[in-house]
Amino acid sequence: MTEFVIETRGLRKEFGSKTAVAGLSLSVGRGEVFGFLGPNGAGKTTSLKMLLGLVEPTAGAGTVLGAPIGDRTARAKVGFLPEHFRFHDWLSGRELLHFHGRLYGMKATEIRTRAEELLARVDLQDAAHRPLREYSKGMLQRAGLAQALMNHPALVFLDEPTSGLDPIGRLLVRDIIRELRAQGTSVFLNSHLLGEVEATCDRVVFVKQGVAIHELDLLGAPQTIAVELELGETGSETLAALERLGRGLEHARGVVRMQVDTEEVLPELARLVVERGVKLYRMSAKRKSLEQWFFEVMGEDQRPG
Amino acid sequence: MTLGILTIAGLTLHEAARRRILTAAFVCGAAFLALYATGAHFMARDFARHETSLIERHMFMTFLTLAGLYAVNFLTVMTAVLLPVDTLSGEIASGVMQTLVSKPIRRAEIVLGKWLAHVVLIAAYLTLMAGGVLTIAQVIGSGIPPHVTIGIPLMLLEGTVLVTLSIAGGTRLSTVTNGVFVFGLYGLAFIGSWVEQIGTLAGNDTARYVGTIASLIMPTEAMWQLAAHHMQPAIMRDLAATPFSPASVPSPAMVVWAAAYAAVALLVAVLSFRKRGL
Repeated sequence: MTEFVIETRGLRKEFGSKTAVAGLSLSVGRGEVFGFLGPNGAGKTTSLKMLLGLVEPTAGAGTVLGAPIGDRTARAKVGFLPEHFRFHDWLSGRELLHFHGRLYGMKATEIRTRAEELLARVDLQDAAHRPLREYSKGMLQRAGLAQALMNHPALVFLDEPTSGLDPIGRLLVRDIIRELRAQGTSVFLNSHLLGEVEATCDRVVFVKQGVAIHELDLLGAPQTIAVELELGETGSETLAALERLGRGLEHARGVVRMQVDTEEVLPELARLVVERGVKLYRMSAKRKSLEQWFFEVMGEDQRPG
Repeated sequence: MTLGILTIAGLTLHEAARRRILTAAFVCGAAFLALYATGAHFMARDFARHETSLIERHMFMTFLTLAGLYAVNFLTVMTAVLLPVDTLSGEIASGVMQTLVSKPIRRAEIVLGKWLAHVVLIAAYLTLMAGGVLTIAQVIGSGIPPHVTIGIPLMLLEGTVLVTLSIAGGTRLSTVTNGVFVFGLYGLAFIGSWVEQIGTLAGNDTARYVGTIASLIMPTEAMWQLAAHHMQPAIMRDLAATPFSPASVPSPAMVVWAAAYAAVALLVAVLSFRKRGL
């Protein structure tokens, strides 16, 4: 049975007459890297804040690491990197980590060791003595990531972790997320960068108007692959045989378009066509990107947020 | 609970030192003391040259010391409002608070830690400034006014009420609104106190009641009035020889009221911040 680190049921948040989250029900498994996707204004940040106890839900309930949402003891095992990480800019990078270590109730020796380890991991060792006010946006974001990992968390919330980072910084974050997964740490990733999400997440949930409307397993579940075949003269029997290997077949002007669930079907398609004596001029297969999924799930009515 | 409060208090004190807030406050304080000492020195020398009676001289020098303490009281009031005015609202607006509150720390510990640090800062500031004025008084020969051990704690209570209100306001109001709100309340008490004094002198009960009500709404000025009453010789009080001799002396019960007022304001701050969306 899957052990869940986050479970919510009908989580709702209203600000006056405005409903930010209409009824969020989701679950995140232990050790899972979970992507939370949706357009601006979909209620992603409010949902994340409710899970962290920063905002009180209007209705609904949920648990984080088995404890009710907002529970203080559970927060000892949680890390959080806000979207635009800010902290007292007079603190140095090292002091920042030491302070957060104290807030987590860690021992002084443990704080020292962990802080140096993390400063090296986020490539801030050289700047560790400098005040945060002298940090670039990317350095600040990396310092924020380090503070979120001080307590060896069981669950990390990352809100747009690559915001302000250059490609090297993004790669570093991606590697850290992979390391966390390898260590069995669950990651709740809120990001607009679908490429990042696709590269790091095991599963994603699409949120629209504060409701989880679609879930996509990026690891185990069948992947939709769009196939295009340019054929010579083709009979209806061949087309019917092709459709049995996939779905959504369309045929026009010698081009057959269809979808299959796995790459293993591709050689079978080619063999079927050749065995029936149909000329195969071209064959292409393209995996459906997360971006395509996003627009399909969200619908055509989306406007920039 | 205690560890969380001390961690936040430590950070707040560290911040005051690093952001040079303390340096600025103490440099300005030192400038004030230097100016005060210079003025007091020349006035004392002037008195020595002229043939004034010992009583007259003593009364004048006491008045000068009280004037110095009045200025210290005013500077303490300003510092007590301005120092903590953005400690919560500023961190909420900048997003710093989101990172803090997501840690395994109670929100009450954040409020109490910040409150404790600011009260310590105000106490240190008041002690140094009032100590400076009293030292100057001693050096120039006017002597220490009576009952400073009652007067200075009353001034600290006044500062504590203002620190607490400033922190409580910061749980819900923006920094500027909070500053306007607390200074507005202080102004109300200040004017109310004068209405009460004038009403007492004129024998107008309504004006006196208005002043008393203002002191109940905001007991800060009453603390200074009571402190000034205690810190001058009985003869000066009886003769109402200085502007610091209140015609209507606040009741000692007002001290209990001010302490309870600060306690309730602190409780309101804790409860208000507990429910605050961040």
